[in-house]
Amino acid sequence: MNSLLWLALLPWVGAALVACMPGTARQAVAILSGVVTLLALGLVLLSAPAVFGGEVLRYSVPWLPALGLDFGFRMDGLAWLFALLITGIGALIVLYAAWYLDPEDPAGRFFTFLMLFMGAMLGVVLADNLILLVLFWELTSLSSFLLIGYWHHRQDARQGARMALTITGAGGLCLLAGSLLIGHMVGSFKLDVVLASGDLIRAHPLYLTALVLVLLGAFTKSAQFPFHFWLPHAMAAPTPVSAYLHSATMVKCGVFLLARMYPALGGSEEWFWIVTLTGLATLLLGAYVAIFQHDLKGLLAYSTISHLGLITMLFGLSEPLAVVAGVFHIMNHAAFKAGLFMSAGIIDHECGSRDMRRLSGLMKYMPFTATLGIVAALSMAGVPLLNGFLSKEMFFMEAASKQAQGAMGWILPVGATLAGVLSVAYSLRFIHDTFFRGEPVDLPKTPHEAPFFMRLPVLFLVVLCVVVGLVPALVAGPTLAVAAQAALFGAPGQALPVYKLAIWHGLNLPLLMSAVAVVGGVLLYFGLQRFIDLHRIVRLPGWINQGGRDFFMALQAVGVASARGLTGGLQNGSMQRYLLLLVLMAVAAGLWPFLRPGPSAQAAALHLEGLDPAMALVGLIGMLAAVGTVLSYRSRLVAVAMAGATGLVVCLTFVWFSAPDLALTQLLVEVATVMLLMLALHWLPKDSPSERTGPTKRWMAWRQWRDAGLAIAAGLGVTALVWMVLTRPSVSFANYVLETARPLAGGSNAVNVVIVDYRSFDTLGEIAVLVIAGLIIHALLAGFKPLPASPAEPHYGGPEAGRSPLMLQIVARLVLPFTVLIAAYMFIRGHNLPGGGFIGGLVMAIGLLLLQMAKGQHWVAERSEIDFRDWMGYGLLVASAAGLGSFYFGAPFLTSTYDYPWLPGVGGVPMASAFVFDAGVFLVVVGATMVMLLGIARLSRPAPGRAR
Amino acid sequence: MSTAAAGAVSSLVLGGHGIVMAIVLPLVMGSVLVVLEKFKSRWVVPLSVGATLALLVLSMLLLAQAHSGHTQAYLLGNWQAPFGISLVLDRLSALMLVLMAVVSCGALLYALGGDHQRGEHFHSLFQYQLMGLAGAFLTADLFNLFVFFEVLLAASYGLLLHGASRARLRASLHYVTFNLVGSALFLFAVSLLYALTGTLNMADMAVKLQQLGPQDVRLAQAAALMLLVVFAVKAALLPLYFWLPDTYAAASGPVAALFAIMTKVGVYAIARTTALIFGAGAGVEAGSVAADIAGMAMPVLVTLALATLVLAAIGVMAARRLRGLVSYLVVASAGTLLLAIGLGTVQTLGAGLFYMVNSTLVAATWFLLADRISAARGDVDMLRPRVMAGAWAPLGVAFVVASVAVAGMPPLAGFFGKALLLQAAALTPWAVWVVALVLASSLATMVALARAGSSLFWKPATETAAQPPLSTSGGMSASTSLNTSATRPVHGIAIIGLLITVVALALLAGPVNGYTEAAAQQMVQRQPYIDAVLGARPVPAAYDVRKEMHERGEFK
Amino acid sequence: MLLLLAIGIGVLTSCGIWLLLRARSFDVILGLALLTYAVNLFIFAMGRVKVNAMPILEGAGPFTLDNTSDPVPQALVLTAIVISFAMSAVLLAIALRARSETGTDHIDGQERK
Repeated sequence: MNSLLWLALLPWVGAALVACMPGTARQAVAILSGVVTLLALGLVLLSAPAVFGGEVLRYSVPWLPALGLDFGFRMDGLAWLFALLITGIGALIVLYAAWYLDPEDPAGRFFTFLMLFMGAMLGVVLADNLILLVLFWELTSLSSFLLIGYWHHRQDARQGARMALTITGAGGLCLLAGSLLIGHMVGSFKLDVVLASGDLIRAHPLYLTALVLVLLGAFTKSAQFPFHFWLPHAMAAPTPVSAYLHSATMVKCGVFLLARMYPALGGSEEWFWIVTLTGLATLLLGAYVAIFQHDLKGLLAYSTISHLGLITMLFGLSEPLAVVAGVFHIMNHAAFKAGLFMSAGIIDHECGSRDMRRLSGLMKYMPFTATLGIVAALSMAGVPLLNGFLSKEMFFMEAASKQAQGAMGWILPVGATLAGVLSVAYSLRFIHDTFFRGEPVDLPKTPHEAPFFMRLPVLFLVVLCVVVGLVPALVAGPTLAVAAQAALFGAPGQALPVYKLAIWHGLNLPLLMSAVAVVGGVLLYFGLQRFIDLHRIVRLPGWINQGGRDFFMALQAVGVASARGLTGGLQNGSMQRYLLLLVLMAVAAGLWPFLRPGPSAQAAALHLEGLDPAMALVGLIGMLAAVGTVLSYRSRLVAVAMAGATGLVVCLTFVWFSAPDLALTQLLVEVATVMLLMLALHWLPKDSPSERTGPTKRWMAWRQWRDAGLAIAAGLGVTALVWMVLTRPSVSFANYVLETARPLAGGSNAVNVVIVDYRSFDTLGEIAVLVIAGLIIHALLAGFKPLPASPAEPHYGGPEAGRSPLMLQIVARLVLPFTVLIAAYMFIRGHNLPGGGFIGGLVMAIGLLLLQMAKGQHWVAERSEIDFRDWMGYGLLVASAAGLGSFYFGAPFLTSTYDYPWLPGVGGVPMASAFVFDAGVFLVVVGATMVMLLGIARLSRPAPGRAR
Repeated sequence: MSTAAAGAVSSLVLGGHGIVMAIVLPLVMGSVLVVLEKFKSRWVVPLSVGATLALLVLSMLLLAQAHSGHTQAYLLGNWQAPFGISLVLDRLSALMLVLMAVVSCGALLYALGGDHQRGEHFHSLFQYQLMGLAGAFLTADLFNLFVFFEVLLAASYGLLLHGASRARLRASLHYVTFNLVGSALFLFAVSLLYALTGTLNMADMAVKLQQLGPQDVRLAQAAALMLLVVFAVKAALLPLYFWLPDTYAAASGPVAALFAIMTKVGVYAIARTTALIFGAGAGVEAGSVAADIAGMAMPVLVTLALATLVLAAIGVMAARRLRGLVSYLVVASAGTLLLAIGLGTVQTLGAGLFYMVNSTLVAATWFLLADRISAARGDVDMLRPRVMAGAWAPLGVAFVVASVAVAGMPPLAGFFGKALLLQAAALTPWAVWVVALVLASSLATMVALARAGSSLFWKPATETAAQPPLSTSGGMSASTSLNTSATRPVHGIAIIGLLITVVALALLAGPVNGYTEAAAQQMVQRQPYIDAVLGARPVPAAYDVRKEMHERGEFK
Repeated sequence: MLLLLAIGIGVLTSCGIWLLLRARSFDVILGLALLTYAVNLFIFAMGRVKVNAMPILEGAGPFTLDNTSDPVPQALVLTAIVISFAMSAVLLAIALRARSETGTDHIDGQERK
């Protein structure tokens, strides 16, 4: 299997294994993580020969072709350098962390997150595909979120983690947009293609957009001004995390991206101005603020920001040698900054404080650590014989030699020198304040050396700094060469410009600048010490030190508050508003077409042809009843009666316009509905309170008129639609139905034939709805005891309602057999004459219910064994069986057929198989209606005491 | 591809009746369960689980059939279209079926942890719900679609009310009323379309709509737009989604999880009708009635979808409760989907369908997870620190994974879905808006989830100790929350199972996206659908009186 | 006559919608009932209406839409009637239960200021 793939996967495997281990096995998880990291490091080193030989290692399998996404990795010099940093420093960090973590810190979680992060980082640097790069990029944000929030009981840790996630995550999304744009320009996300088509991209009209988006990603990640503020707050993480994230990995993503995309995006005017100036600003700001930090890690954090600014600026200069210098400084900074963080961690660990106002003269207590810290700090300051000096020297060279028009010509060198002065100053403060200057002030612990294995990583790194500083060409030369080559050209082939890695370049401008920096730095620091005691400065003016954070927090607070305001304002839980919106949308949808230009929807002139006075009168009564319902809605009994009257007129309308089945069904449903409403009214207030009361009276009145207006508009619209349709010739496939109903479906009642044969599937669904309704009502009301409508009213089902008049009982008992007969008759004739399952079922149900009502509320209420639920189930099963039966004849579901079975004496009666289906309908209708009506009728079950 | 073989096998096994069985199976099982539940039989649970699993298998077989790309029509009652009702199986409907089946398995499994005993008839209602959904996805008849909407809505009322608490009653009062009005509008629209085209069959209507006389154009447009409004209610589109957050937040965990597929019904209906009937599909001559309708509807749809997305993201940030937050996540995903449909290119549709698979599974997972989390915190889903009962690490891990999946963060499928959508949208005039707003909303989601997770899992309860027991409106009420805190194995299995499907979706992104792209292709190609439906002929049945009568010449 | 039918449907719609927009569950239910009448008549009307043309295919044909009213919309209405009956029963039950649980019959389950 491909070693590159292994390298990319190892940390994830490690994370999985560590996660599976018990939290108690502290050593075990540490060792496991260490082994995994070393293995990865080994793989990196193994691939060295190939990479140094100038070839590019590849591994790729397609993942999501549509997106142009491969699960592919690619290792050239630059990727190799970063892989080395990630795994190498990673190994040291693991060793260090194993000794650093307290027993009560869950080690398992720590190392899991660390491995995840390492995997994400390796993914970023090895990805051979922009989308894959973005994918791992966001993963670094997520995993660093977990790492920074590791001590999640601490407020600052949680805040810092969320801040980092938000800023870097946002940057990641910008990067995604940028990458999609680049892919759009180039036609591929493959790095090889993208890096090769720099000219095409730079010439593209969308270049600037893409550039800005990508740079946003890089700057947020690399904590460039003005996004720098998340980094210092990420210091709430355990020191190993800081040492890892802020020296070699997380923040290096940004500058890695700059280096990676340099061939594709770099070199243009826009690039120069944006990147250089951002870098310079960050460089100076970070260095300046660093001086005034009291927290060791704070100082280091801001110095990191400043150094990242330096690197960014180098890439911005767009000179081949500047890029070389940038890559070189990436290496050096990683080395000394990791060392510094770890020694700061040791100090914190052994003294219980990182406050430079309390730490002093540690040289005496921990000489070993102190020496290491001092050397590393000197390297950070760019003192000769150390690696920091070399890259800084190159930086000065580039800053000074850049041929820039106008002010930039002197701004760059001066800015660089100034930054040098500042960095010497803060390095000096780090050394002087911590290791010298008298005795420590009331530390929680008495300082002493840390365990050897905690110092070992620092030692290793410091030695590296010195060696590189002494014999750069020998140690760092080759690595730098391949890395810089890849960064500059993106593909092997072109040769690097000539440069010389050496300590002594002769007396030249850069040397002078360094000298100025050192001298100036020393003067500045001791001057500050002398004239304004640094320890007195509680904190810098808000905007520099805390501004970003405060702004972020304020923004978040405002964001959440306004979000709540808006959401609560819109979704305010008022049904009336939601319904109003729905009706508005509906009316708008219906109206819009008639407001646009287009062919007129020829409506016939209004006329009253065929007006039948009697029927017209009935219609008018119906309308009046409807209006009456509205007018009397506040006294509900009246309103129900009015609505019932309206319903009756609707039935008559159906009769008049030759729809007997509808009329019958409507009538029966009408009866059932009114029964329901009447029963329900026992448990609801008898009248609606007036809306036009209280302080909002006027507004309520207005609202009623507004609703009226909307309602009338809708009504007019409907009227218009109906009129236009009624006056058009009929277009329908119904002719076929009329033609075939008798010969093919064996029924002469076309309507019934349609519902039990042509469209029987609708009917099946519809009786299912009936059943569901029955189930819901049963589940809601069975054994539920409602409040009386109002305290004043006697509990319904009191004595007066207990027994109904003897007369009614007798009548009901007489009626019952007839009902059954009628129901059966209606049901049987249904296929040929008005009737059928529904009508039969409803007649039956209503008859039964009348009987039971006649026996009195309690008679019903006390007999809970009267339970028709299973009727519903059986009914549906019968109907389904009728449908499934046709499979037997190789016909589709619900295929019907019929025959003329010979009944003795009667002769051949038409019998359609749909009849079975209709029987199912009958059962369901009876069952469901009974369940519903009884469910509500039962509510009047008397309190146990009054049971009779 | 082995799916082809599976397709052949399945059509052999099902003998061509597989399509209708996807509807009839839950219907029959539901009806059996009604009876069993009345008599409190101990066979209820096994039967219910068996039925749901059977449906899962069946829908997978149907997917294998549809994968071949052949659109298959089924003539109910052996009546030739448009005279009877026909069902149609194509890639899209098969995809919806499988999605529904997977989600329902997770929800049912979880419900066995205790929720199913909080009231009567949970299992039969559950089966009817599946029946309604399956019917809505398969039918090729507009009025039949109405009927199945009613079935699935009615069942959802029952499930929402299951274990009626005050919050649920409040929510369902709104939910039911709102949807009943929606149904009325549905009937207005459908019958108007019938009046103009003289048909209810979607394929036939797609043809007839082209042949309308100029005087009918505006009426047709009005009907179409009203119909789309109805679907927008189900799909949770601004300004019609306000009912959703309260409803979903009030439902019990498993029911809300099942509801994750419900908004997708509206989305499906919009996608299907616009592509097939209302002129967003291919081969619609410009200037025709249908093309006009699409021309009117689509820009509005995109605009409203974008607005929905933004408001949903804001709602996520505003959420005070975990369930509220998750409900708004559902709205956000609906917005994204409708956006994909509104943009209307094959690429956006394919991306949208891929995104839909992920977002549906994730939303379902989220509701179950939220239920567990609030249970572990003593039935409080307020986003405030509280002492967690039991081990919270697994919940935390699940929370992180689910957050990544739902916020469209790498490496899970949500990221791919969004990336695909953005890539496809880049080729439309809306590119800038889409990219900006979609990315902004995912950032908002991410930040909100980070805040939520930090206060749920990280912030020590002691920092804000001594909080009053929170009011239960929106959460579970005390009356229904009895012994829910007890986490049972099935809970874990359900959540982990769904999470596994989510992760698998990311790993299999390639093939899945291949399918969704093909589905989108097939969706916009109207003609094959039309031919499949109108070209289908009744089978000569073994015993068919009609045939005999034809022979006897009794019927001319 | 047709005009009268059209106006009637419009009136029913208006009344129904106005009641729908009221604050009390019972009023809303009444509104839905009226709206349902309107919808049923609307569907029915969409098949064009005829007098004395029952879709009962007795006696000699041929039966066409010229001499018989369209049975399909009538079938649809039948379905619609039954479904809406079931649904309003459900809503009624919910309203009852909600009124007892929340102590108010406000459609929002709580009195609004």
